[in-house]
Amino acid sequence: MSSYLIRRLFHMIPVLLGITFLTFCVVDLAPGDFFSTLKMNPTFSPQMIAEMEREYGYGDPLLLRYVRWLWRALHLDLGLSVAYRVDVTALIGARASNTIILALASMAFTWTLAIPIGVMVALRPNTASDRLLSFLAFFGMSLPNFFLAFLLMYLALQSGWFPIGGTTSLGHESLSFWGRIADRLHHLILPVIVLGTSGMASLMRLMRANVLELKEADFVRTARAKGLDERSVVGKHILRNALNPFVTLAGYEIGSLLSGAALVEAVMNLQGLGALMLEAVRSLDLYLVMGSVLMGSLLLLAGNLLADLGLTLVDPRIDFRRQQQ
Amino acid sequence: MTGRQPARQQRRPLGLIVYGSMILLTLLYTVAIAAPWVAPYDHTEQNRTLPDCPPSSIRFNSPPYWNESILFTHPQRLADPIDRSYTQDDTVRVPVRFLYNGHLFTTAQDDPKFFLLGTDSLGRDLFSRIVYGSRISLSIGVVGVLISFAIGTLVGSFAGYSGGWIDDIAMRIVEVEMSLPSFYFLLALAAVIPPNLSSAATFFVIVALMSFINWAYFARVIRGMAASLREGEYVVAARALGATRWRIIIRHVVPGTLSYTIIAATLSIPRFILGESALSLLGLGIQEPDASWGKLLADAQNVQHLVRHPWILMPGVFIFVTIMAFNFVGDYLRDRLDPRATAGNAG
Repeated sequence: MSSYLIRRLFHMIPVLLGITFLTFCVVDLAPGDFFSTLKMNPTFSPQMIAEMEREYGYGDPLLLRYVRWLWRALHLDLGLSVAYRVDVTALIGARASNTIILALASMAFTWTLAIPIGVMVALRPNTASDRLLSFLAFFGMSLPNFFLAFLLMYLALQSGWFPIGGTTSLGHESLSFWGRIADRLHHLILPVIVLGTSGMASLMRLMRANVLELKEADFVRTARAKGLDERSVVGKHILRNALNPFVTLAGYEIGSLLSGAALVEAVMNLQGLGALMLEAVRSLDLYLVMGSVLMGSLLLLAGNLLADLGLTLVDPRIDFRRQQQ
Repeated sequence: MTGRQPARQQRRPLGLIVYGSMILLTLLYTVAIAAPWVAPYDHTEQNRTLPDCPPSSIRFNSPPYWNESILFTHPQRLADPIDRSYTQDDTVRVPVRFLYNGHLFTTAQDDPKFFLLGTDSLGRDLFSRIVYGSRISLSIGVVGVLISFAIGTLVGSFAGYSGGWIDDIAMRIVEVEMSLPSFYFLLALAAVIPPNLSSAATFFVIVALMSFINWAYFARVIRGMAASLREGEYVVAARALGATRWRIIIRHVVPGTLSYTIIAATLSIPRFILGESALSLLGLGIQEPDASWGKLLADAQNVQHLVRHPWILMPGVFIFVTIMAFNFVGDYLRDRLDPRATAGNAG
C-alpha cells in the first residue's frame, strides 16, 4: 500500500511540472501584460513601473523565470500578486477555503439526494414516478449551471428570501458564533443548488442503473432464497455493491466540482478561487494565475488519489498494483 | 476506468421525445444556416430610441384586415428613458409581413419595428441576435467534437494498437491532460486570445482550445478499445497477411471503435456549447458586436438589470433546449448502439 502511495505521488511530479509549465507559457504568450496596463495609468510614474518590473524579474528569459518561480513555489512562496501587491499564497489560502466549502457542500447535497432517489426509483422501475424522475434527471443534466444561476438569482431578488452575491453578509463579524454559521449557510444555499443540480441528475441515473443490474445478480437471488428479509437484501447486498463505483466517482467529481465552482463563483459573484482566477486572467496577473492553476491541479490530483485509495479500501478485490491499467 | 459496467437500461418508450429532439435539432441547424432570412432584422442594427424594450405582443387580425397580414402587433414607446418603462400604443396596428423583403417575417420598412423577444440595452432585436448567435453556438459543438475526436481516435488507436513505449508515452501525456483543472486552464488559455481578433478567428481559437482540453479522455477510452481489438481474430489475420500497421489501424481498429465514437460525440457536443457560452459570458470569448448565445447572456450578470428586463434570459432557454435535445438523442443512440457503455460519462 505505502509503496503504491509513494509511486502515485511520484507520478504527480511530471504532471504538475507539465501543467505549471504549460500555464506559464500560455500566460507569457498573452498579448500585453500587467505592466502595459499600468503604463497607461498616469498615477504610476515610469520609475515606479521600472522598479516593479525589476522586482518581478520582468524581461528575463521565459525558462529562467519559470525555474525561479518553481524554486520559490517549492518553498511555498508563490510570489507576489502584481495587482493586489500581496502574497499570492495568502490570497489563495483565503479564497480557496470558500471554494472548497462550496464544492464539499454541493457534493453532500447531491449525494444525500441522488443516492436514495436512485435506489428508490430502481426498486420500482418503469412506474410513473420512475419515468417522471428519469425525465427530470434529463432536465437537470441539461440545465446549464450559469442559466440556473441567473434563474435563481432572479427569483431570489424577486422574493427577497436569499442573499445574492458574496459568502457572508455585511455585518457578519458582529454576529454570534451560531449566527455566523447560519449566515454562511444562508449564503451557500443558492450556489449549492446551482452547482449540485447537474451532478445530481447523472448520479441518480448511475445509481439507478447499478441497482437495476444488481437486482438480477446471483448473490441477490441467493440472499432472497435463504430467506433474508427485503431490507437486508437491499441494504446489505444490493446497496453496498452499488455504491462501489461511487467511491471512484467521488474523487473525479471533485475535479468537475472545482471547475463548475469556478464558473458559479464568477457568475454569482462569490469570493472564491474561481472568481480570483478570472480576475487574475483578466488583469494578466501572472503569479496569481500560476498560483490558482497550481492550487486547482493539486486539489484535483488529491481528489483522484483519494478516490483510488478509497476504492482499494472498499473493494478488496481491486489490486492497487494493477490499477494503472 | 475501474467501475463496473451498469446494466443496460431498459428501453424506455422515449420514441416521441427522441424524434421530437431530432426534429428540433434539424430545425435549429436550419435556422442557423438560414439566419439572415429567418431573422427579421440584422443582428447589429441598433434602435437607440428603443433600449431594453419588452417583447411585443402578437395579435391575430380579425377578418376586415386579412389583406394586411394574419398577425399584427402594437408599437412600443419609451415612456420614461430613466427607468426604461414602455407604453404600448394600442391604437396603431403594425402588420407582421411574411416572406417580405427577403425575410421570413418582418415589418415593412417604414412601420415601427416589432421585437419578438424584446431588445437589449442598445435597442438591438434580441430574437435576431439569437438567430445569428445560433451560428456560433451550434457550430462550435460540431466543429469541436470533430477536431477533438479526430485527435483522440488518432492517438488512442495508435497507442492502443502499438502498445509498448508508444503507449506509455501517449498515456502519460493523456494523464497530464486529464489532470488539468479544465476550467481554470481554459480561462488561462482564453487570455491569450488577442482582443482585436476577428470573430471568425476568435471562433477557431476557442474551438482549438476546447478541443485541446477535451481530447484526452476520449483518447484513453479509444486506446482501451484498440488494445483489446488488437487481439481480435480478424486483426491477427490481417497481421498474418502482412498488412501494414497503419492499414490495420485505419481499416480494422478504427471501425471497431466507431459506434462508441458516435455516441460519445453526440454526448460531448453539449460540453463544447457550454464551454463557449461560459467563456463568452465572462467576456473572454466572442466579442461585440457579434453574438453567441453565451455572449447574449452576459447582460444577465447584472442582477438589477436582469430583474427589470427578464427577457434577456431567452438565449439561455435556447442553450438549455439544444443541450437537452442532444442528451436525448445521445442517450437513445447509446441504448441502441452500445448496450455496455457506462451511463455516467455524459456530464
